[in-house]
Amino acid sequence: MIDIGLGHYLTLGAVIFSIGIIGIFLNRKNIIVILMSIELILLAVNINLVSFSIYLGDLSGQVFTLFILTVAAAEAAIGLAIIVVYFRNSGTIRVEEIDKLKG
Amino acid sequence: MIAHAIFFYVFSVIAVVSAIMVTVSKNTVHSVFFLILDFISISCLFIMIGAEFLGMIMLIVYVGAVAVLFLFVVMMLNVAQQKNQWFVSKDSSRHIPIGLLISVVIFFELIIVIGGWKYKPDLFNSAKSSLEIGVSNTHSLGQVLYTDYIHVFQISGMILLIAMIGAIVLTFRQREGVKKQSYLKQISRERTEGVEVLEVASNKGVKIDD
Repeated sequence: MIDIGLGHYLTLGAVIFSIGIIGIFLNRKNIIVILMSIELILLAVNINLVSFSIYLGDLSGQVFTLFILTVAAAEAAIGLAIIVVYFRNSGTIRVEEIDKLKG
Repeated sequence: MIAHAIFFYVFSVIAVVSAIMVTVSKNTVHSVFFLILDFISISCLFIMIGAEFLGMIMLIVYVGAVAVLFLFVVMMLNVAQQKNQWFVSKDSSRHIPIGLLISVVIFFELIIVIGGWKYKPDLFNSAKSSLEIGVSNTHSLGQVLYTDYIHVFQISGMILLIAMIGAIVLTFRQREGVKKQSYLKQISRERTEGVEVLEVASNKGVKIDD
């Protein structure tokens, strides 16, 4: 309990990942919160990669975390741009009212 | 070691609680604030575990750029009025049990993965350590990033460029009635249409723009 090891960090990553999944499924508000849940999932992946990298003594995990950060920033920018365009066209970003594709 | 444990539990409890608050908070602006808190506590964990460079980059990129971008969009779209409505419509509450089920299953799968890994303790010894003693984290990361991973690094730069272009193209719109400069018109203007030589009769004057 006192001796913090790799398992603690992996458990933290698993908990945050599951919270992100729950946020995607249970969200009834707007799409922006879904994007934030995706950011949480990427954060959990980053925790796993960094803790493995530190405890195994291999730097590749941190390099990959850097690339994940890059892709996450790009994804957030594109996703928010799409949301802005959708809101401009239809006036709502509530998840229930976005049903143009009849999904 | 005890300080390490205390800091780990403090930061991880803050991170988990704020992650929960991101998903359940009623106001979207509050969700963004809790997201910022989450990122900050996770980057504190990174700095504590020894990945200082990633912790700092996390602060700069996520808190400085991404979270502020979220906040900007939330305030621009005025979604704060659209309050959270959990379990209101019959149609939407149908998804909730299956969503919870899938999340719980994913969580237990991850826990099982961690548990299975703990019973293979020779993994530590088999991995060759590339961390040098006495070299800072940023230094060693830079040594790897610009030599072994240079192509991936450049590709990630391309990804950022494409994302920037895509975001601009998506949100760009042409407005009606905006005065704009037309370089082609300005450059292709010639003397014959710009200047007119008139014969001015004495004592009469000249009318311009008739």
